[in-house]
Amino acid sequence: MTYTKRFDGRKFDEMRPIEAKVGVIPNADGSAYFSFGDTKAIVAVYGPRPLHPVFLQNPQKGILRCNYDMLSFSVTERKKPGPSRRSKEISMVTTKSLEPVVQLSQFPNTVTDVFISIIQADASTRCAGINAAAMALAHAGIPMTDMVSAVSTGFVGKAVCVDISKEEEDYEEDGEKDVSDIPMAFLSRSDQMSLFQLDGRIKPEELKEVVEAGRKACKKIYEIQKEALKAAAIKDEGKKK
Amino acid sequence: MNMRMGVTENTQRRIIEYLKEGKRFDNRGLFDLRDIQIETNISNKSEGSARVRIGKTEVVAGVKLGLGIPYTDSPDSGVLTVTAELLPLSSSKYEPGPPSEESIELSRIIDRGIRESEFIDLRKMCIEPKKEVWTIYLDIYPINDGGNLIDAGAMAAVAALRTAVLPKTEKGKDGSTRILFGEFTDKNLPLNETMPLTTTFHKLGNQILIDPTTEEEDASEARLSIAISQKKKDHFINAMQKGGKVPFTVEEINTILDNVPKISKKLQEVFEEKLKKAEKLNK
Repeated sequence: MTYTKRFDGRKFDEMRPIEAKVGVIPNADGSAYFSFGDTKAIVAVYGPRPLHPVFLQNPQKGILRCNYDMLSFSVTERKKPGPSRRSKEISMVTTKSLEPVVQLSQFPNTVTDVFISIIQADASTRCAGINAAAMALAHAGIPMTDMVSAVSTGFVGKAVCVDISKEEEDYEEDGEKDVSDIPMAFLSRSDQMSLFQLDGRIKPEELKEVVEAGRKACKKIYEIQKEALKAAAIKDEGKKK
Repeated sequence: MNMRMGVTENTQRRIIEYLKEGKRFDNRGLFDLRDIQIETNISNKSEGSARVRIGKTEVVAGVKLGLGIPYTDSPDSGVLTVTAELLPLSSSKYEPGPPSEESIELSRIIDRGIRESEFIDLRKMCIEPKKEVWTIYLDIYPINDGGNLIDAGAMAAVAALRTAVLPKTEKGKDGSTRILFGEFTDKNLPLNETMPLTTTFHKLGNQILIDPTTEEEDASEARLSIAISQKKKDHFINAMQKGGKVPFTVEEINTILDNVPKISKKLQEVFEEKLKKAEKLNK
């Protein structure tokens, strides 16, 4: 048996339906919602604001701090509230994926906080979180040199798939798990990668193929992010008049 | 710059002056609620979930079920656990970290309202006395804190419970039960008609008001949260919590109590109507 047709009928290079919006949390300086099918992420950005305790401050530039967490009921078996080893690692790689594009040198001694909450989880939550976070940072007016778009890719059986779902993540062939799960993020214009992780088993030459598929998907995501930001900007402009 | 300093003395004074004339910044009467919106099934992995918006405040709540051992003092009853996490995503006044006093208080007021009104028939959540019972995890999260989180949280909690269904289970060879996560029955939780919602009264100057905005909440000197349930036409107070630095006079308490039935009736009606509409949309 091989994986020739995707569980949900998608083409191999097709992502699940995407919904992207900004301005979803009025209290925040910037906010966004991003979903891949049943995976839903919301993000709020607060800052730049003074960083406490003071010894963490950097007098050269502001600090970016991402905090990723899932709501307890977003997964099938209840997740205990509060940070876990997993959420801490994802928070860290999310920060690293966004740091290259934010320009915080104008804001010494400050922190820009990015809070990511997963409302509903069906794999690719970190990628949905990064996509929403990049949009929320732009919405907050943080100076940025580029946009960041993320997608999960990998081999399911012998097929390169983009935007892997939970069902695919658990795919087995001949009673053995046969999936490589590779989340990646691309800076949109400079075409560089700021997130690259892998779980599974894959040959180096196969990985090249996967990167190419992810790169194409990220280009499509970028267009959707841009449209959502534009739509919000036009709406805000309307309000001023 | 997002620097939330609370309310300034000037704003507080102005709010109180206005209230003396019976006016609020948003033109509401002292005992008027903001517009309420309810959405159900907002998270499909949960057994039940809801989103409640009241004015600018947005709260989500979800129900997850688990299996556990009953407490020794109630060997034939299911277990209810209510928690709230005041997400730093929802306001610049919250910070990441272990549960704050505020989040514990919020969840406990809502918990007591549900428990004491016997909204959930916990005895029907028993699988085998002394050995195995359902555990109901009810978790509440603010998404945008625009004031009055307790009352909004209680609404989201009740709405989530109302939409919740039991997950499918199977019996193992050793007789133990296992939950088939992600598969649901069409059996709702055993709920009573009581609908324990809360109304929080705030004292500002010599005035009492409900459903404060963030500004009013920051200016508030004291509050009294009351969980009220309804049985037939009677209203019962099931839980109460006084907060804030300033005490209440007995006259103020009496004013509050005089208004409880009227306010509670209105709230129950609006809530029921909006919830029914939301549930219909989901069918």
